[in-house]
Amino acid sequence: MKLNNLKKLLSLFMAAVGLTSCVQVKEYQKSRINDSEMALSNRKAEKNELNAQSYREGSSGANGGKTGGGCGCN
Amino acid sequence: MRKICLTVVGMYITFIHAFSQTSSHDSTGYKSKKLSLDEINLVSSYYNQTADKSAVMGGRTDSKGNGDVVDFANGLDIKFIGWDKKMRKNSLSAGLGIDYHTAASQAFVDSNGRARNDGTRIYPTLDWTIENEKKGTEFGLGAYYSAEHNYYHSIGLNTSFSKKTKTNGEFSIKLTGYFDRIHMIKPSEFIPVDSVKNIPPTDSIIYVTTASGRTVATSYNSGQVLSRGSRNETPTEPRTTLTASFSFSQVFNQRLQGSITTDIVYQHGYLGLPFHRVYFNDGKDTIENLPSERFKLPIGIRLNYFLGDRIIIRTYYRLYIDNWGLMSHTANIEVPVKITPFVSLSPFYRYYVQTAADYFAPYAVHSPQDPYYTSNYALAAFQSHFFGLGLRLAPPNGIMMKSLSMLEIRYGHYTQSTNLTSDMISLNLKFK
Repeated sequence: MKLNNLKKLLSLFMAAVGLTSCVQVKEYQKSRINDSEMALSNRKAEKNELNAQSYREGSSGANGGKTGGGCGCN
Repeated sequence: MRKICLTVVGMYITFIHAFSQTSSHDSTGYKSKKLSLDEINLVSSYYNQTADKSAVMGGRTDSKGNGDVVDFANGLDIKFIGWDKKMRKNSLSAGLGIDYHTAASQAFVDSNGRARNDGTRIYPTLDWTIENEKKGTEFGLGAYYSAEHNYYHSIGLNTSFSKKTKTNGEFSIKLTGYFDRIHMIKPSEFIPVDSVKNIPPTDSIIYVTTASGRTVATSYNSGQVLSRGSRNETPTEPRTTLTASFSFSQVFNQRLQGSITTDIVYQHGYLGLPFHRVYFNDGKDTIENLPSERFKLPIGIRLNYFLGDRIIIRTYYRLYIDNWGLMSHTANIEVPVKITPFVSLSPFYRYYVQTAADYFAPYAVHSPQDPYYTSNYALAAFQSHFFGLGLRLAPPNGIMMKSLSMLEIRYGHYTQSTNLTSDMISLNLKFK
């Protein structure tokens, strides 16, 4: 069940890559891609939101946040 | 496990070696540039939570199970940039964070609710990266430290490597280790009162375990402290977290880019917390007991799309599984709308759902025969919703002063089906 989910997820991403990665984008065509709102990372202002969520929920990781370390005991 | 670690380390060394710098002599006449201040980021957050079923009181729903928390977090990051003789870009980031919190549950480390209910956490960080823009490679090292009075300390080290592809993609790998020590602060009913010296036990004296693990003798009537035990008597236990992160990002076309990230996480050591109570179905209580190993496997996918000239759609999905029987799905969407080229409003929504860990049961449900037990609702089955709005200002001439290049403010409201709700407001100021 769990492995099937993983396989589906990976297949979906690979299909998306396969369908769209043929287009070559030159540096001068990246005005939208390089927009700060398009960054493939969390905003700095999200840092403490991610911390709170990782301590209140049972899962963490794969989002640029911490995967362990520290307490968050309260 | 040892084989897995050695394999990952071996792969990493091979990977670095394949793209390592060659020691060619620089004949371009290029001069290095010393590290200089590039930017300063200030991030402040205020967090307010109301909840019941606190883990300290084993998931009780009465007033003793109060899980209210207030946290005020402040972080400062200073980044320096310079170029060396081989035209490699060097970045050095130093950060310092200080959090102050009050937690109603913390008072009940002492069974009378008289323990200290506030605390401070301090966490400095240091990161260095060296980027070869010509080769599209980057190598990084980082260190992290965190200390709070009821956790002793956490030390983190990381190293990373990334390589751009010729087709607008980028692979990266990051190895991280957290080496923690946990103060074994047990609830007061499990601490022998003779650890407090020189006070003969009488009916007018009660013994209180503070949140820092110290036992004090206090007057029942006045609350005055009569004698303190030594904090050094509180033992510590280790907890190690090792993570190998792999990521690949790709620009698909002029408007779409995405990434896939996975963290392979192995934890070992004392993975519970000694002041989390569990109440058994026979009425007796103890402290939570969890396995000493945990494997986690989260996989996250991001896709960002620029729609028209003003709207950006940021999406994120994560699948998480671990060997404690917990599985979760996280879906996030944020839609920044550019009101002007330098001002954007960003509504966002996050949905999260998880199954319970095998070792979780609510208050007074566990049997004393269970090998492992916890009533910490972070490991319960629940779903949560988080939504809010962000505002970002980044005018080219600064905000009020030229050096303040960006201001971002975010507010979010969080609800969890365990009866936990919270609000958070965050502010990020960037100075260039």
